Amino acid sequence: MVSPILELTNINKSFGHVHANKNINLTINKGTIHGIIGENGAGKSTLMSIVFGLYQANSGTIKVNGKEINLRSPKDSIINGIGMVHQHFMLVENFTVLENIILGFEGELVFGKNLEKAKKDLKDLCDTYKLNIDLNSTISDLSVGFRQRVEILKSLYRGAEILILDEPTGVLTPQEVDELFKILRSLKEEGKTIVLITHKLIEIMDLTSEVSVMRQGEMVGHTKTENTNKEQLAEMMVGRSVLLRLDKSEVKAGEVLFSVKNLTVKDDLDVTRVKNVDLEIRSGEILGLAGVTGNGQTELLEALSGIRKVESGEIYLEGKKVSDNQNFLDPRELKDKGLAHVPEDRQRMGLVTDFKAYENLIFGYHDQQPFSKSSVLNHRDIISHSKKIMEEYDVRPQSPNLITSNFSGGNQQKIILSRELNENPKVLLVGQPTRGVDIGAIEFIHQRLIDMRDRGAAILLVSVELDEVLSLSDRIVVMFDGKIVGEKDNKNVTDRELGLLMAGVV
Amino acid sequence: MEFLYDIASLINSTLRISTPLVFAAMAGIFAERSGVIDFSLEGKMLMAAFVAAVGSYFLGNPWLGLLLAIIACVSLSMLHGFASVTYKGDQVVSCVAINILIIGLTTALAAAWFGQAGLTPTLNEDQRFLEVNLPFAESLRDIPIVGTIYSDILSGHYIFVYLAYLSVPLVFWVVFKTSFGLRLRAVGENPSAVDTAGINVFAMRYKALAINGVLIAFAGAHLSTAVNANFFREMSAGRGYLALAAMIFGKWHPKTALVACLLFGFTDALQIRLQGVELPAIGEIPVQLIQAIPYVLTVVLLAGFVGKAIAPNAIGQPYIKER
Repeated sequence: MVSPILELTNINKSFGHVHANKNINLTINKGTIHGIIGENGAGKSTLMSIVFGLYQANSGTIKVNGKEINLRSPKDSIINGIGMVHQHFMLVENFTVLENIILGFEGELVFGKNLEKAKKDLKDLCDTYKLNIDLNSTISDLSVGFRQRVEILKSLYRGAEILILDEPTGVLTPQEVDELFKILRSLKEEGKTIVLITHKLIEIMDLTSEVSVMRQGEMVGHTKTENTNKEQLAEMMVGRSVLLRLDKSEVKAGEVLFSVKNLTVKDDLDVTRVKNVDLEIRSGEILGLAGVTGNGQTELLEALSGIRKVESGEIYLEGKKVSDNQNFLDPRELKDKGLAHVPEDRQRMGLVTDFKAYENLIFGYHDQQPFSKSSVLNHRDIISHSKKIMEEYDVRPQSPNLITSNFSGGNQQKIILSRELNENPKVLLVGQPTRGVDIGAIEFIHQRLIDMRDRGAAILLVSVELDEVLSLSDRIVVMFDGKIVGEKDNKNVTDRELGLLMAGVV
Repeated sequence: MEFLYDIASLINSTLRISTPLVFAAMAGIFAERSGVIDFSLEGKMLMAAFVAAVGSYFLGNPWLGLLLAIIACVSLSMLHGFASVTYKGDQVVSCVAINILIIGLTTALAAAWFGQAGLTPTLNEDQRFLEVNLPFAESLRDIPIVGTIYSDILSGHYIFVYLAYLSVPLVFWVVFKTSFGLRLRAVGENPSAVDTAGINVFAMRYKALAINGVLIAFAGAHLSTAVNANFFREMSAGRGYLALAAMIFGKWHPKTALVACLLFGFTDALQIRLQGVELPAIGEIPVQLIQAIPYVLTVVLLAGFVGKAIAPNAIGQPYIKER
């Protein structure tokens, strides 16, 4: 018995000049887990925001259970049994779980009888789906995985029959992902319909029974999951064949170029975030630093690149001490000694997004020849340098005069990377090199990092994407609660093992 | 006995002086809990004082003056909402514009209508609010302590004083015990969460601003048609800003904001009381020093005692739905 629960016909949506959704048709069958896959900016989230009533389509029709409905706000969608778990959780952090869930569905003006009934109903829902949530805990005290469960519970309480999840695994550890998938499967068994938006092929293969692929605002294919494979889906997503596995030569590690001894770092609130960390990176190797966001990686990277003060411990570059608690080199001096840094948060620390591309392409080197002479910028040389480097790094569009914020995430990252790699650094610190970057650009960025390594640079790769750490690194260290909790050779380690380390279980 | 009478009169003045601060702080709580900065409490209080006095003078009834003041303040709140909620302008700029506008407008209108710059005619007894004597206040006065509290502290205030202190538990109840309050607090913390719950973020902020307008009107009417019998230029004298400070000291919470308002009111009452008084062993304190007490206290409070004030998370940010 297959019957469609949600049917979209000819949906169109534009934001200004950007045509985010073009004539989208999509049918989702009742009781299935349906995957929607596509690169960042392919229009998946926009489409689902239309289904959830957050955005209004310019044209097209939406049917739920065969009946055409008019979605003017999320209220209309909720009434029609559509729920959505957003990528950025829609929770009020200083409210309790209970307050967050009943918000908008209090059912009474003054809290009383309905509140008691809501508590009971929610307990029943938690038991049915084994969600294990304490209704009285405050959201800010909950882990990311639990916050996500609160979002799911919220949708269920509001009567969702169709549950849309937008990139639900991006912030989870592998174990949390397992838990989530268990919950989603039990929801399916109870007859709920699930729409999973993701750019991770492995999740599609693991969980879904049907899959739709989007590319540049268009729906480019529908298929049963059992009739396809990862390579084929990747090709449909990107529009050309993609290398999913990196070709990497055997590691030829040389002398130690960069090392850290007993390093401790505090954050702005005076909390110790990095605790007695030791690291050694050799020439010609990539050291991967894995960990769930917020376990001290950010502070470590900032201390290593000279942005943040070292509390105790020492940092050595080519065997010479560059920083300790008393004396430290600033980022400029470190740069002069051959250390380059690609920051985690590219829009805040890597770029001035309101500036033109050519300006961002020379930042940090703007006072050197040939870009400037006696403190006056040499516009012609800067532009010709920018054009050359944008071509070399395949930055699109190739217009140095374009404002940086108009480039896509992947191209912004390429601007930073080209600026930092162009000087041939001896040591490269990279944070989240492919966060929010599409698959085609990921491939390019990864290849560039491998090239750097093969030329003898020492690279520290900090990433929350475990797949990325596994495919690039020669050695992997895991950070949990500010400490290095494990070091593994990439040849004999599984993502399970790393996941346990990341969760602080071992 | 003399000493006890001094204390009673000090508490009595504290209650009176704090009244406009309490109304303004409660008004501020509604606006700011919904995520809209309200720097314009000062301007709206001044507007309410002017409109209440003029309305009462022409219509002969202080209640009609109050009603007009409410309409004027709600309109100003809507103007603030129009600029900063609908058109997503800078909230502080919108408030400063309102404050400057009202200073000029009240002065100019008073000059045009009554021929005196920034002054309205004195109201007679029918045109203003009078002190309310609680029942049996005279006969109970002689009972020790209880009588003093009832007759000298609680009785004999203007109606606004009673309304102000009644408004505090009411605001607490609305903000923390009703679904409206839950939505109000949510919209100031994370408007996206409210939007995805199917509630109109903009409508919530306008509702909060409307309540804000009603409450601040009471503060203004108290100044011009109760404690004074006319409007004069800039008569709000910074009380709107002081109330805003009290609200922040009170961490956007009605009960603690009330305590802060009373503290400000008390220091003001104290400095009035201490002027010209000979203290034993010290002698007469210079008046300038006494007048500085409220300000010194403000600085001390700000610096040490309050701890970190955490504002509603989304305060000052217009809600932008689509990219």
